[in-house]
Amino acid sequence: MSLVAAEGLTLRYGARTALAGVDLRIAPGEIVTVIGPNGSGKSTLLRALLGILPPSAGRVVRRPGLRIGYVPQRLTIDPGLPLTVGRFLSLPRRQPAAAIAAALARCGLQRFERRQMAALSGGQFQRALLARALLAEPELLMLDEPTASLDQAGKAEFYRLIEAVRRELGCAVLMVSHDLHVVMAASDRVICLNGHVCCQGTPTAVAAAPEYRALFGPGTGGALALYRHAHDHVHDHVHDAVGPGAAAMPDHPGADAPRDAFGDASRDASRDAPGRPRNGAPGPAGAAPQPGPARPEPAGRGHG
Amino acid sequence: MVDDFLLRAGLAGAAVALAAGPLGCFVVWRRMAYFGDATAHAAILGVALALAFSLSVQAGTLLVALAMAATVSALAGRGWAMDTTLGVLAHSALAFGLVAISFVQGVRVDLAAYLFGDILAVSWADLWRIWAGALAVVALLAWRWSALLTATLSEDLAHAAGIDPGRERLVLTLALALVVAAAIKVVGALLIAAMLIVPAAAARAFARSPEAMAVAAVALGGLAVLGGLALSLGQDTPAGPSIVAVAAAIFGAAIAFGAVRRQDGPDG
Repeated sequence: MSLVAAEGLTLRYGARTALAGVDLRIAPGEIVTVIGPNGSGKSTLLRALLGILPPSAGRVVRRPGLRIGYVPQRLTIDPGLPLTVGRFLSLPRRQPAAAIAAALARCGLQRFERRQMAALSGGQFQRALLARALLAEPELLMLDEPTASLDQAGKAEFYRLIEAVRRELGCAVLMVSHDLHVVMAASDRVICLNGHVCCQGTPTAVAAAPEYRALFGPGTGGALALYRHAHDHVHDHVHDAVGPGAAAMPDHPGADAPRDAFGDASRDASRDAPGRPRNGAPGPAGAAPQPGPARPEPAGRGHG
Repeated sequence: MVDDFLLRAGLAGAAVALAAGPLGCFVVWRRMAYFGDATAHAAILGVALALAFSLSVQAGTLLVALAMAATVSALAGRGWAMDTTLGVLAHSALAFGLVAISFVQGVRVDLAAYLFGDILAVSWADLWRIWAGALAVVALLAWRWSALLTATLSEDLAHAAGIDPGRERLVLTLALALVVAAAIKVVGALLIAAMLIVPAAAARAFARSPEAMAVAAVALGGLAVLGGLALSLGQDTPAGPSIVAVAAAIFGAAIAFGAVRRQDGPDG
Protein backbone atom coordinates (compact mmCIF):
# COMPACT_ATOMS: atom_id res chain seq x y z
CA MET A 1 0.00 0.00 0.00
CA SER A 2 1.34 3.43 -0.86
CA LEU A 3 2.19 5.81 1.98
CA VAL A 4 0.45 8.76 0.42
CA ALA A 5 -1.51 9.16 -2.77
CA ALA A 6 -3.06 12.04 -4.66
CA GLU A 7 -5.99 11.23 -6.92
CA GLY A 8 -7.10 13.84 -9.42
CA LEU A 9 -5.74 16.48 -7.02
CA THR A 10 -6.80 19.97 -8.08
CA LEU A 11 -6.06 23.18 -6.18
CA ARG A 12 -7.29 26.63 -7.05
CA TYR A 13 -6.38 29.98 -5.54
CA GLY A 14 -9.28 32.17 -6.60
CA ALA A 15 -9.30 32.07 -10.39
CA ARG A 16 -5.81 30.62 -10.66
CA THR A 17 -5.40 26.87 -10.90
CA ALA A 18 -2.18 25.82 -9.17
CA LEU A 19 -2.62 22.10 -9.63
CA ALA A 20 -4.89 20.31 -12.08
CA GLY A 21 -5.71 16.61 -11.86
CA VAL A 22 -2.47 15.41 -10.31
CA ASP A 23 -2.19 11.66 -9.71
CA LEU A 24 0.71 10.55 -7.54
CA ARG A 25 1.64 7.64 -5.30
CA ILE A 26 4.58 7.34 -2.98
CA ALA A 27 5.58 3.76 -2.15
CA PRO A 28 7.48 2.84 1.03
CA GLY A 29 11.22 3.43 0.76
CA GLU A 30 11.35 5.13 -2.65
CA ILE A 31 13.00 8.46 -3.39
CA VAL A 32 10.90 10.74 -5.56
CA THR A 33 12.07 14.14 -6.76
CA VAL A 34 9.54 16.67 -8.03
CA ILE A 35 10.98 19.29 -10.37
CA GLY A 36 9.39 22.20 -12.16
CA PRO A 37 9.84 25.94 -12.73
CA ASN A 38 8.83 28.57 -10.20
CA GLY A 39 5.07 28.74 -9.81
CA SER A 40 4.56 25.23 -11.15
CA GLY A 41 2.75 24.13 -7.99
CA LYS A 42 5.56 22.08 -6.40
CA SER A 43 5.21 23.55 -2.93
CA THR A 44 1.43 23.53 -3.27
CA LEU A 45 1.58 19.81 -4.05
CA LEU A 46 3.72 19.14 -0.97
CA ARG A 47 1.47 21.19 1.29
CA ALA A 48 -1.62 19.47 -0.08
CA LEU A 49 -0.05 16.05 0.58
CA LEU A 50 0.73 17.19 4.14
CA GLY A 51 -2.90 18.20 4.63
CA ILE A 52 -2.09 21.91 5.06
CA LEU A 53 -4.07 22.89 1.96
CA PRO A 54 -7.49 21.31 1.36
CA PRO A 55 -7.95 20.13 -2.26
CA SER A 56 -10.45 22.01 -4.45
CA ALA A 57 -11.18 18.72 -6.20
CA GLY A 58 -9.84 15.19 -6.05
CA ARG A 59 -8.38 13.80 -2.87
CA VAL A 60 -5.28 13.00 -0.88
CA VAL A 61 -5.07 9.66 0.89
CA ARG A 62 -2.48 9.18 3.61
CA ARG A 63 -1.94 5.79 5.19
CA PRO A 64 -3.53 5.95 8.65
CA GLY A 65 -0.97 6.77 11.34
CA LEU A 66 1.69 7.69 8.78
CA ARG A 67 4.70 9.37 10.41
CA ILE A 68 5.90 12.27 8.25
CA GLY A 69 9.10 14.24 8.73
CA TYR A 70 8.79 17.65 7.10
CA VAL A 71 11.52 20.07 6.11
CA PRO A 72 9.89 23.38 5.10
CA GLN A 73 11.07 25.53 2.22
CA ARG A 74 12.40 28.66 3.84
CA LEU A 75 12.67 29.16 7.53
CA THR A 76 13.86 32.57 8.57
CA ILE A 77 14.38 32.94 12.28
CA ASP A 78 14.05 36.52 13.44
CA PRO A 79 17.39 37.67 14.86
CA GLY A 80 15.44 38.81 17.90
CA LEU A 81 14.64 35.19 18.76
CA PRO A 82 17.39 33.39 20.68
CA LEU A 83 17.09 29.69 19.92
CA THR A 84 19.61 26.91 20.42
CA VAL A 85 19.71 23.95 18.07
CA GLY A 86 18.69 21.65 20.92
CA ARG A 87 15.67 23.75 21.80
CA PHE A 88 14.67 23.94 18.13
CA LEU A 89 14.66 20.15 17.92
CA SER A 90 12.37 20.09 20.97
CA LEU A 91 9.64 22.09 19.25
CA PRO A 92 6.78 21.65 19.64
CA ARG A 93 7.30 18.62 21.91
CA ARG A 94 10.13 18.10 24.36
CA GLN A 95 12.47 15.36 23.18
CA PRO A 96 14.88 13.25 25.24
CA ALA A 97 18.44 14.61 25.14
CA ALA A 98 19.72 11.28 23.83
CA ALA A 99 17.30 11.33 20.89
CA ILE A 100 18.35 14.90 20.03
CA ALA A 101 22.04 13.98 20.22
CA ALA A 102 21.47 10.95 17.99
CA ALA A 103 19.50 12.93 15.39
CA LEU A 104 22.16 15.66 15.30
CA ALA A 105 24.97 13.11 15.03
CA ARG A 106 23.22 11.37 12.15
CA CYS A 107 23.15 14.72 10.33
CA GLY A 108 26.78 15.52 11.08
CA LEU A 109 26.04 18.10 13.77
CA GLN A 110 27.64 16.43 16.80
CA ARG A 111 27.59 18.58 19.95
CA PHE A 112 25.65 21.39 18.25
CA GLU A 113 22.90 21.35 20.89
CA ARG A 114 23.96 24.60 22.52
CA ARG A 115 24.78 26.52 19.33
CA GLN A 116 22.44 29.31 18.32
CA MET A 117 20.37 28.61 15.20
CA ALA A 118 21.20 32.09 13.90
CA ALA A 119 24.93 31.29 14.02
CA LEU A 120 24.68 28.25 11.72
CA SER A 121 25.86 28.29 8.12
CA GLY A 122 23.34 27.61 5.36
CA GLY A 123 24.29 23.94 5.11
CA GLN A 124 24.30 23.43 8.88
CA PHE A 125 20.90 25.09 9.13
CA GLN A 126 19.41 22.73 6.54
CA ARG A 127 20.91 19.75 8.37
CA ALA A 128 19.41 20.98 11.63
CA LEU A 129 16.00 21.11 9.91
CA LEU A 130 16.57 17.56 8.68
CA ALA A 131 17.60 16.41 12.16
CA ARG A 132 14.37 17.83 13.56
CA ALA A 133 12.36 15.98 10.91
CA LEU A 134 14.16 12.71 11.77
CA LEU A 135 13.06 12.91 15.43
CA ALA A 136 9.58 11.85 14.30
CA GLU A 137 11.15 8.56 13.06
CA PRO A 138 9.43 9.26 9.75
CA GLU A 139 8.21 6.67 7.28
CA LEU A 140 8.04 9.51 4.75
CA LEU A 141 10.44 12.42 4.62
CA MET A 142 9.12 15.49 2.77
CA LEU A 143 11.57 18.20 1.80
CA ASP A 144 10.65 21.47 0.07
CA GLU A 145 13.63 22.77 -1.94
CA PRO A 146 16.05 21.84 0.84
CA THR A 147 19.12 22.79 -1.17
CA ALA A 148 17.88 26.05 -2.72
CA SER A 149 20.30 28.15 -0.69
CA LEU A 150 23.28 25.81 -1.01
CA ASP A 151 26.09 25.86 -3.56
CA GLN A 152 26.81 22.90 -5.81
CA ALA A 153 29.09 21.14 -3.33
CA GLY A 154 26.64 21.82 -0.49
CA LYS A 155 23.80 20.33 -2.54
CA ALA A 156 25.83 17.22 -3.24
CA GLU A 157 26.70 16.82 0.43
CA PHE A 158 23.07 17.25 1.47
CA TYR A 159 21.89 14.72 -1.10
CA ARG A 160 24.45 12.17 0.15
CA LEU A 161 23.15 12.76 3.67
CA ILE A 162 19.57 12.10 2.60
CA GLU A 163 20.68 8.94 0.81
CA ALA A 164 22.41 7.75 3.98
CA VAL A 165 19.34 8.56 6.07
CA ARG A 166 17.13 6.61 3.67
CA ARG A 167 19.50 3.64 3.88
CA GLU A 168 19.49 3.70 7.67
CA LEU A 169 15.81 4.43 8.31
CA GLY A 170 14.31 2.92 5.19
CA CYS A 171 11.96 5.88 4.90
CA ALA A 172 10.52 7.12 1.63
CA VAL A 173 11.70 10.54 0.47
CA LEU A 174 9.65 13.08 -1.45
CA MET A 175 11.75 16.07 -2.39
CA VAL A 176 10.88 19.21 -4.31
CA SER A 177 13.59 20.90 -6.33
CA HIS A 178 13.47 23.95 -8.58
CA ASP A 179 16.59 22.78 -10.33
CA LEU A 180 15.37 21.49 -13.67
CA HIS A 181 18.38 19.56 -14.75
CA VAL A 182 20.31 18.50 -11.70
CA VAL A 183 18.59 16.08 -9.36
CA MET A 184 19.66 13.63 -6.75
CA ALA A 185 21.22 10.62 -8.47
CA ALA A 186 19.59 8.26 -5.99
CA SER A 187 16.10 9.33 -7.09
CA ASP A 188 14.02 6.32 -8.05
CA ARG A 189 11.64 8.58 -9.87
CA VAL A 190 11.66 12.15 -11.11
CA ILE A 191 8.34 13.90 -11.62
CA CYS A 192 8.26 16.99 -13.78
CA LEU A 193 5.44 19.24 -12.64
CA ASN A 194 3.97 22.32 -14.24
CA GLY A 195 0.47 22.60 -12.83
CA HIS A 196 0.05 19.01 -13.97
CA VAL A 197 2.41 16.07 -14.19
CA CYS A 198 4.32 16.73 -17.44
CA CYS A 199 6.41 13.60 -17.39
CA GLN A 200 8.18 11.24 -15.03
CA GLY A 201 10.84 8.60 -15.09
CA THR A 202 14.20 7.49 -13.74
CA PRO A 203 17.15 9.87 -13.90
CA THR A 204 19.78 8.58 -16.24
CA ALA A 205 23.11 7.77 -14.70
CA VAL A 206 24.87 10.64 -16.39
CA ALA A 207 26.95 11.27 -13.30
CA ALA A 208 29.46 8.69 -14.42
CA ALA A 209 30.01 10.32 -17.82
CA PRO A 210 33.33 12.15 -18.17
CA GLU A 211 31.57 15.12 -19.83
CA TYR A 212 29.42 15.48 -16.75
CA ARG A 213 32.42 15.42 -14.45
CA ALA A 214 34.11 18.02 -16.58
CA LEU A 215 31.09 20.21 -16.06
CA PHE A 216 30.59 19.89 -12.32
CA GLY A 217 34.01 18.73 -11.21
CA PRO A 218 34.75 15.65 -9.16
CA GLY A 219 33.61 17.32 -5.94
CA THR A 220 30.04 16.12 -6.24
CA GLY A 221 31.12 12.52 -5.74
CA GLY A 222 28.39 11.19 -7.99
CA ALA A 223 25.56 12.62 -5.93
CA LEU A 224 24.21 14.74 -8.77
CA ALA A 225 22.78 13.47 -12.00
CA LEU A 226 21.16 14.98 -15.01
CA TYR A 227 17.56 14.25 -15.74
CA ARG A 228 16.66 14.13 -19.41
CA HIS A 229 13.22 15.38 -20.21
CA ALA A 230 11.45 12.69 -22.17
CA HIS A 231 8.31 14.64 -22.93
CA ASP A 232 5.53 12.41 -24.09
CA HIS A 233 3.09 15.10 -25.14
CA VAL A 234 3.10 18.39 -26.98
CA HIS A 235 2.82 21.61 -25.06
CA ASP A 236 0.54 23.76 -27.17
CA HIS A 237 -1.71 24.66 -24.26
CA VAL A 238 -1.26 28.15 -22.86
CA HIS A 239 -0.75 28.44 -19.11
CA ASP A 240 -2.91 31.15 -17.62
CA ALA A 241 -0.11 32.23 -15.33
CA VAL A 242 2.03 33.24 -18.27
CA GLY A 243 1.61 36.67 -19.80
CA PRO A 244 1.89 37.99 -23.38
CA GLY A 245 4.33 36.10 -25.47
CA ALA A 246 3.21 32.95 -23.78
CA ALA A 247 2.77 31.11 -27.01
CA ALA A 248 6.47 31.17 -27.61
CA MET A 249 7.31 30.06 -24.11
CA PRO A 250 8.16 26.47 -23.42
CA ASP A 251 6.86 24.79 -20.29
CA HIS A 252 10.03 25.80 -18.52
CA PRO A 253 10.66 29.53 -18.74
CA GLY A 254 14.14 30.35 -19.89
CA ALA A 255 16.01 31.82 -16.97
CA ASP A 256 15.58 28.94 -14.62
CA ALA A 257 18.56 26.70 -15.04
CA PRO A 258 22.07 26.88 -16.42
CA ARG A 259 21.17 24.82 -19.40
CA ASP A 260 22.88 26.53 -22.34
CA ALA A 261 25.66 24.03 -21.98
CA PHE A 262 23.16 21.29 -22.75
CA GLY A 263 21.27 23.18 -25.38
CA ASP A 264 18.07 21.94 -23.78
CA ALA A 265 16.33 25.28 -23.44
CA SER A 266 16.77 26.25 -27.02
CA ARG A 267 15.58 22.88 -28.18
CA ASP A 268 12.51 23.20 -26.01
CA ALA A 269 11.87 26.64 -27.39
CA SER A 270 12.32 25.66 -30.99
CA ARG A 271 9.99 22.75 -30.51
CA ASP A 272 7.26 24.77 -28.89
CA ALA A 273 7.54 27.93 -30.90
CA PRO A 274 4.68 28.36 -33.36
CA GLY A 275 5.69 29.06 -36.91
CA ARG A 276 8.51 26.56 -36.85
CA PRO A 277 7.87 23.12 -38.16
CA ARG A 278 7.18 21.00 -35.16
CA ASN A 279 8.78 17.92 -36.59
CA GLY A 280 11.33 19.66 -38.72
CA ALA A 281 14.78 18.84 -37.43
CA PRO A 282 16.59 21.98 -36.43
CA GLY A 283 20.24 21.61 -37.17
CA PRO A 284 22.54 21.05 -34.24
CA ALA A 285 24.17 24.43 -34.68
CA GLY A 286 20.83 26.23 -34.85
CA ALA A 287 19.53 24.32 -31.87
CA ALA A 288 22.31 25.23 -29.50
CA PRO A 289 23.34 28.85 -29.81
CA GLN A 290 26.39 28.24 -27.62
CA PRO A 291 27.51 24.69 -28.12
CA GLY A 292 28.75 23.77 -24.68
CA PRO A 293 32.16 22.31 -24.07
CA ALA A 294 30.68 19.17 -22.62
CA ARG A 295 27.51 17.52 -23.72
CA PRO A 296 26.33 14.14 -22.50
CA GLU A 297 24.64 13.39 -25.79
CA PRO A 298 24.70 14.94 -29.26
CA ALA A 299 22.49 17.99 -29.46
CA GLY A 300 20.83 16.91 -32.66
CA ARG A 301 19.06 14.07 -30.90
CA GLY A 302 15.35 13.95 -31.72
CA HIS A 303 13.37 15.45 -28.90
CA GLY A 304 9.83 14.60 -27.92
CA MET B 1 5.28 53.63 56.03
CA VAL B 2 5.15 53.47 52.25
CA ASP B 3 2.41 55.66 50.92
CA ASP B 4 -0.59 53.61 49.96
CA PHE B 5 -0.88 55.11 46.48
CA LEU B 6 2.75 54.31 45.76
CA LEU B 7 2.23 50.67 46.75
CA ARG B 8 -0.78 50.42 44.47
CA ALA B 9 1.19 52.06 41.63
CA GLY B 10 4.09 49.66 42.07
CA LEU B 11 1.81 46.62 42.12
CA ALA B 12 -0.07 47.81 39.03
CA GLY B 13 3.20 48.41 37.19
CA ALA B 14 4.50 44.98 38.20
CA ALA B 15 1.37 43.32 36.80
CA VAL B 16 1.80 45.09 33.47
CA ALA B 17 5.49 44.15 33.32
CA LEU B 18 4.61 40.52 34.09
CA ALA B 19 2.13 40.24 31.21
CA ALA B 20 3.93 42.51 28.75
CA GLY B 21 7.26 40.66 29.07
CA PRO B 22 6.37 37.33 27.44
CA LEU B 23 3.77 38.85 25.10
CA GLY B 24 6.27 41.53 24.06
CA CYS B 25 8.72 38.79 23.08
CA PHE B 26 6.18 37.42 20.60
CA VAL B 27 5.50 40.94 19.34
CA VAL B 28 9.24 41.27 18.64
CA TRP B 29 9.71 37.77 17.16
CA ARG B 30 6.66 38.04 14.91
CA ARG B 31 7.28 41.69 14.01
CA MET B 32 3.88 42.77 15.30
CA ALA B 33 4.94 46.14 16.73
CA TYR B 34 2.51 48.10 14.60
CA PHE B 35 -0.22 45.59 15.41
CA GLY B 36 0.29 46.35 19.11
CA ASP B 37 0.13 50.06 18.36
CA ALA B 38 -3.14 49.76 16.44
CA THR B 39 -4.77 47.71 19.20
CA ALA B 40 -3.58 50.07 21.92
CA HIS B 41 -4.69 53.20 20.08
CA ALA B 42 -8.12 51.70 19.53
CA ALA B 43 -8.44 51.60 23.32
CA ILE B 44 -9.23 55.34 23.29
CA LEU B 45 -12.32 54.51 21.27
CA GLY B 46 -13.10 51.94 23.96
CA VAL B 47 -12.83 54.63 26.62
CA ALA B 48 -15.36 56.74 24.74
CA LEU B 49 -17.76 53.80 24.46
CA ALA B 50 -17.33 52.94 28.13
CA LEU B 51 -18.15 56.51 29.15
CA ALA B 52 -21.13 56.73 26.80
CA PHE B 53 -22.66 53.43 27.92
CA SER B 54 -21.50 53.56 31.55
CA LEU B 55 -19.35 50.44 31.26
CA SER B 56 -16.10 50.00 33.13
CA VAL B 57 -13.16 51.42 31.17
CA GLN B 58 -11.44 48.03 31.17
CA ALA B 59 -14.49 46.34 29.65
CA GLY B 60 -14.80 49.03 26.97
CA THR B 61 -11.13 48.90 26.00
CA LEU B 62 -11.13 45.10 25.99
CA LEU B 63 -14.10 44.98 23.61
CA VAL B 64 -12.74 47.57 21.20
CA ALA B 65 -9.21 46.16 21.31
CA LEU B 66 -10.62 42.74 20.39
CA ALA B 67 -12.69 44.24 17.58
CA MET B 68 -9.63 46.10 16.31
CA ALA B 69 -7.44 43.01 16.38
CA ALA B 70 -10.12 41.04 14.53
CA THR B 71 -10.40 43.80 11.91
CA VAL B 72 -6.66 43.84 11.36
CA SER B 73 -6.56 40.05 10.98
CA ALA B 74 -9.46 40.17 8.52
CA LEU B 75 -7.85 42.94 6.44
CA ALA B 76 -4.43 41.29 6.37
CA GLY B 77 -3.52 40.01 2.94
CA ARG B 78 -6.27 41.89 1.09
CA GLY B 79 -3.88 43.58 -1.28
CA TRP B 80 -2.50 46.31 0.96
CA ALA B 81 0.87 46.01 2.61
CA MET B 82 0.44 45.09 6.26
CA ASP B 83 2.18 48.21 7.56
CA THR B 84 -0.06 50.42 5.43
CA THR B 85 -3.20 48.71 6.73
CA LEU B 86 -2.00 48.98 10.32
CA GLY B 87 -0.86 52.56 9.88
CA VAL B 88 -4.29 53.55 8.61
CA LEU B 89 -6.10 51.65 11.35
CA ALA B 90 -3.85 52.70 14.24
CA HIS B 91 -4.14 56.40 13.59
CA SER B 92 -7.76 56.46 12.54
CA ALA B 93 -8.73 54.49 15.66
CA LEU B 94 -6.99 57.09 17.78
CA ALA B 95 -8.60 59.98 15.87
CA PHE B 96 -12.09 58.47 16.04
CA GLY B 97 -11.61 57.79 19.74
CA LEU B 98 -10.63 61.37 20.46
CA VAL B 99 -13.57 62.67 18.40
CA ALA B 100 -15.96 60.27 20.11
CA ILE B 101 -14.84 61.32 23.58
CA SER B 102 -15.62 64.95 22.76
CA PHE B 103 -19.22 63.88 22.08
CA VAL B 104 -19.68 62.28 25.49
CA GLN B 105 -21.89 64.77 27.29
CA GLY B 106 -21.94 65.59 30.96
CA VAL B 107 -18.70 63.83 31.80
CA ARG B 108 -15.57 65.71 32.59
CA VAL B 109 -12.95 63.50 31.04
CA ASP B 110 -9.32 63.71 31.92
CA LEU B 111 -8.11 62.68 28.47
CA ALA B 112 -4.45 62.79 29.45
CA ALA B 113 -5.08 60.01 31.99
CA TYR B 114 -6.05 57.65 29.15
CA LEU B 115 -3.42 58.80 26.69
CA PHE B 116 -0.46 58.76 29.07
CA GLY B 117 -1.78 56.71 31.99
CA ASP B 118 -2.48 57.70 35.57
CA ILE B 119 -0.67 55.04 37.55
CA LEU B 120 -0.65 57.07 40.76
CA ALA B 121 -4.48 57.13 40.74
CA VAL B 122 -4.92 53.35 40.48
CA SER B 123 -7.55 52.22 42.98
CA TRP B 124 -7.62 48.87 44.78
CA ALA B 125 -10.55 47.88 42.51
CA ASP B 126 -8.45 48.80 39.44
CA LEU B 127 -5.56 46.83 40.86
CA TRP B 128 -7.60 43.63 41.16
CA ARG B 129 -8.76 43.95 37.56
CA ILE B 130 -5.23 44.67 36.31
CA TRP B 131 -3.81 41.63 38.12
CA ALA B 132 -6.65 39.40 36.92
CA GLY B 133 -5.95 40.45 33.33
CA ALA B 134 -2.18 40.05 33.68
CA LEU B 135 -2.43 36.59 35.25
CA ALA B 136 -4.88 35.51 32.54
CA VAL B 137 -2.36 36.56 29.88
CA VAL B 138 0.52 34.73 31.57
CA ALA B 139 -1.57 31.58 31.99
CA LEU B 140 -2.70 31.72 28.36
CA LEU B 141 0.83 32.17 27.04
CA ALA B 142 2.27 29.48 29.32
CA TRP B 143 -0.41 27.03 28.19
CA ARG B 144 0.18 27.67 24.47
CA TRP B 145 3.93 28.39 24.72
CA SER B 146 5.38 25.58 22.55
CA ALA B 147 2.64 25.83 19.95
CA LEU B 148 3.03 29.61 19.77
CA LEU B 149 6.79 29.29 19.39
CA THR B 150 6.48 26.68 16.64
CA ALA B 151 3.91 28.75 14.75
CA THR B 152 6.19 31.78 15.11
CA LEU B 153 9.09 29.91 13.47
CA SER B 154 7.04 28.64 10.55
CA GLU B 155 3.33 28.23 9.98
CA ASP B 156 3.96 25.24 7.71
CA LEU B 157 6.12 23.59 10.36
CA ALA B 158 3.33 24.13 12.89
CA HIS B 159 0.70 22.75 10.51
CA ALA B 160 2.79 19.64 9.85
CA ALA B 161 3.04 19.11 13.64
CA GLY B 162 -0.74 19.28 14.03
CA ILE B 163 -0.85 22.87 15.29
CA ASP B 164 -3.34 25.32 13.78
CA PRO B 165 -1.41 28.60 13.27
CA GLY B 166 -4.69 30.51 12.95
CA ARG B 167 -5.70 29.47 16.45
CA GLU B 168 -2.32 30.56 17.84
CA ARG B 169 -2.71 33.95 16.16
CA LEU B 170 -6.07 34.22 17.91
CA VAL B 171 -4.41 33.44 21.25
CA LEU B 172 -1.94 36.28 20.73
CA THR B 173 -4.74 38.63 19.66
CA LEU B 174 -6.70 37.86 22.82
CA ALA B 175 -3.60 38.29 25.00
CA LEU B 176 -2.86 41.62 23.35
CA ALA B 177 -6.37 42.92 24.00
CA LEU B 178 -6.13 41.83 27.64
CA VAL B 179 -2.78 43.58 28.10
CA VAL B 180 -4.12 46.77 26.52
CA ALA B 181 -7.13 46.75 28.84
CA ALA B 182 -4.88 46.16 31.85
CA ALA B 183 -2.22 48.68 30.94
CA ILE B 184 -4.26 51.69 29.82
CA LYS B 185 -4.49 52.99 33.39
CA VAL B 186 -0.78 52.39 33.97
CA VAL B 187 1.09 53.76 30.94
CA GLY B 188 -1.76 55.01 28.74
CA ALA B 189 -2.86 54.11 25.22
CA LEU B 190 0.03 55.88 23.49
CA LEU B 191 2.76 54.07 25.41
CA ILE B 192 1.39 50.52 25.84
CA ALA B 193 3.23 49.33 22.75
CA ALA B 194 6.45 50.66 24.26
CA MET B 195 5.97 48.50 27.38
CA LEU B 196 5.58 45.50 25.06
CA ILE B 197 8.53 46.11 22.79
CA VAL B 198 11.23 47.95 24.76
CA PRO B 199 11.79 45.48 27.64
CA ALA B 200 11.61 42.50 25.26
CA ALA B 201 14.11 44.08 22.87
CA ALA B 202 16.43 44.88 25.78
CA ALA B 203 16.14 41.31 27.08
CA ARG B 204 17.47 39.92 23.79
CA ALA B 205 21.03 40.87 24.74
CA PHE B 206 20.93 38.69 27.86
CA ALA B 207 19.07 35.63 26.61
CA ARG B 208 20.15 32.40 24.92
CA SER B 209 16.70 30.80 24.87
CA PRO B 210 13.17 32.05 24.23
CA GLU B 211 12.14 31.30 27.81
CA ALA B 212 15.11 33.19 29.27
CA MET B 213 14.24 36.16 27.06
CA ALA B 214 10.66 36.22 28.37
CA VAL B 215 11.83 36.08 31.98
CA ALA B 216 14.45 38.78 31.38
CA ALA B 217 11.81 40.97 29.70
CA VAL B 218 9.62 40.69 32.82
CA ALA B 219 12.56 41.58 35.07
CA LEU B 220 13.64 44.55 32.95
CA GLY B 221 10.03 45.75 32.66
CA GLY B 222 9.68 45.58 36.44
CA LEU B 223 12.94 47.50 36.82
CA ALA B 224 11.62 50.17 34.44
CA VAL B 225 8.41 50.49 36.50
CA LEU B 226 10.34 50.94 39.74
CA GLY B 227 12.82 53.35 38.17
CA GLY B 228 10.08 55.33 36.47
CA LEU B 229 8.08 55.66 39.69
CA ALA B 230 11.18 56.81 41.58
CA LEU B 231 11.93 59.34 38.84
CA SER B 232 8.34 60.54 38.91
CA LEU B 233 8.37 60.90 42.71
CA GLY B 234 11.76 62.62 42.88
CA GLN B 235 11.49 64.94 39.89
CA ASP B 236 7.70 65.30 39.72
CA THR B 237 7.62 63.97 36.15
CA PRO B 238 4.54 62.22 34.67
CA ALA B 239 4.68 58.59 35.80
CA GLY B 240 3.77 56.70 32.59
CA PRO B 241 6.25 58.46 30.31
CA SER B 242 8.90 58.21 33.05
CA ILE B 243 8.50 54.41 33.12
CA VAL B 244 8.93 54.20 29.34
CA ALA B 245 11.90 56.60 29.46
CA VAL B 246 13.65 54.37 32.02
CA ALA B 247 12.84 51.31 29.89
CA ALA B 248 14.47 53.05 26.92
CA ALA B 249 17.57 53.80 29.00
CA ILE B 250 17.75 50.13 30.00
CA PHE B 251 17.46 49.20 26.31
CA GLY B 252 20.41 51.48 25.51
CA ALA B 253 22.49 49.88 28.25
CA ALA B 254 21.55 46.39 27.01
CA ILE B 255 22.67 47.27 23.47
CA ALA B 256 26.04 48.40 24.83
CA PHE B 257 26.30 45.21 26.91
CA GLY B 258 25.51 43.08 23.86
CA ALA B 259 28.14 44.88 21.78
CA VAL B 260 30.80 44.35 24.44
CA ARG B 261 29.92 40.68 24.79
CA ARG B 262 30.09 40.13 21.04
CA GLN B 263 33.61 41.53 21.04
CA ASP B 264 34.60 39.15 23.82
CA GLY B 265 33.41 36.09 21.96
CA PRO B 266 30.77 34.76 19.62
CA ASP B 267 27.25 34.69 20.97
CA GLY B 268 26.93 31.04 20.12
